Amino acid sequence: MAHGATHESSTKRIWYVFTLLSIATIVEVVLGIIKPQFLVETKFLSMKLLNWIFILLTIYKAYYITWAFMHMEGETKGLRRAVVWTAVFLISYLVFILLVEGDYIYEVYKSGFVKYNF
Amino acid sequence: MEATVVKTGTEGKTWGGGQNPPLKASYGKLMMWFFILSDALTFSGFLAAYGFSRYKFIDSWPVADEVFNHFPFLHGVDAPMYYVALMTFILIFSSVTMVLAVDAGHQMKKSKVVFYMFLTLIGGIIFLGSQAWEWKNFIQGTYGAVETRSGNIIQFLDTDGKRVALSDIALESTQRAVHDRSSGIWYTTDETLSTYTIDDIKSGFAEKENLLVRIQKLDENGHPIVLSREESIAKLNDSGIRVVEGANLYRNEYGHPLFGNFFFFITGFHGFHVFTGVLINLIIFFNILLGTYERRGSYEMVEKVGLYWHFVDLVWVFVFTFFYLV
Repeated sequence: MAHGATHESSTKRIWYVFTLLSIATIVEVVLGIIKPQFLVETKFLSMKLLNWIFILLTIYKAYYITWAFMHMEGETKGLRRAVVWTAVFLISYLVFILLVEGDYIYEVYKSGFVKYNF
Repeated sequence: MEATVVKTGTEGKTWGGGQNPPLKASYGKLMMWFFILSDALTFSGFLAAYGFSRYKFIDSWPVADEVFNHFPFLHGVDAPMYYVALMTFILIFSSVTMVLAVDAGHQMKKSKVVFYMFLTLIGGIIFLGSQAWEWKNFIQGTYGAVETRSGNIIQFLDTDGKRVALSDIALESTQRAVHDRSSGIWYTTDETLSTYTIDDIKSGFAEKENLLVRIQKLDENGHPIVLSREESIAKLNDSGIRVVEGANLYRNEYGHPLFGNFFFFITGFHGFHVFTGVLINLIIFFNILLGTYERRGSYEMVEKVGLYWHFVDLVWVFVFTFFYLV
């Protein structure tokens, strides 16, 4: 066992993280149901503020699941970076390219000469 | 049986991580991490493709809380997202019981590991059932819609802005009977017929004065445009060609067909992961019952499947956001 030197229970931390995840989920669901007009109609970097909040809360939850439940915080720096950095950089790149391209095609459809909504 | 109980016999050798393992993790755990990494990249490929199509067809993309608005035993009640929120809690909670099982394993408390693993299994099974139910509702549909010549979907609202079902529009159904084997057509099966024909909808719509058509184009505030009564009648009569009820891989009543394709594929792929996770958990559960890890002196195997199970939960957190919230 890699980090097995300490055998005391970490039950308290597990329930603490569960509380954090639950609160984040409840906030998401409540916001998703009431959809405050201000958050829906204000945009930042051409995305609704509400969607930014959802995505940030999702990353917050992902962080706690990986660090606390999957025990990434107890792994060595090398393992942590090999897994997390690879994913974070590749995914950000892919998402950036595809979303920009998707929006571009939308603009072409909208302002082009081809009528597609008849 | 001895071989499954004792250690792998590679400790200190290359396959066991060598003399000085730099990452201080066992071979199995490292490989689980790298499997998870590659699987995470697969899922993000799917979700990024979903994002691409969504940005490309942003006008005709369905609004999630109009699609997923069912709750068990509450028929006809508009309950947006409550059920997926519940599903999310079930999966997060089964993640918690999993990590509690791992924790109990560190302290070599077999009965506690058994108990928590059992709860994890139950959580996984409930989640799978919920997903099946969610699919059923998605396939069945709620209100129904009409497809236009260009393959776009138009939906029906009353003057208060409430959605109206096809059954409340059509005055009667003139749909023909399904051809089946007993009626003489033995060599082929009939297509699935909608409850109403397009002409039923057109005549019913013309009759009822309070109905309007909503098209899949967004106004400057990002809300779908509702046509006036005259425009609505013209739109429906000029371009409506087909009644759409529910969803399949070709068309769905909620919006762009790709939404249905991505929904089936991504939640299906995730559901497949949950299913394999439940199977693997079950195998480990029996191993714990048999005392395999007690004799091995380590519950690291529970930790490894735990990693996989948490990963499945992690993916769901993202699927939940991008399919149901954003």
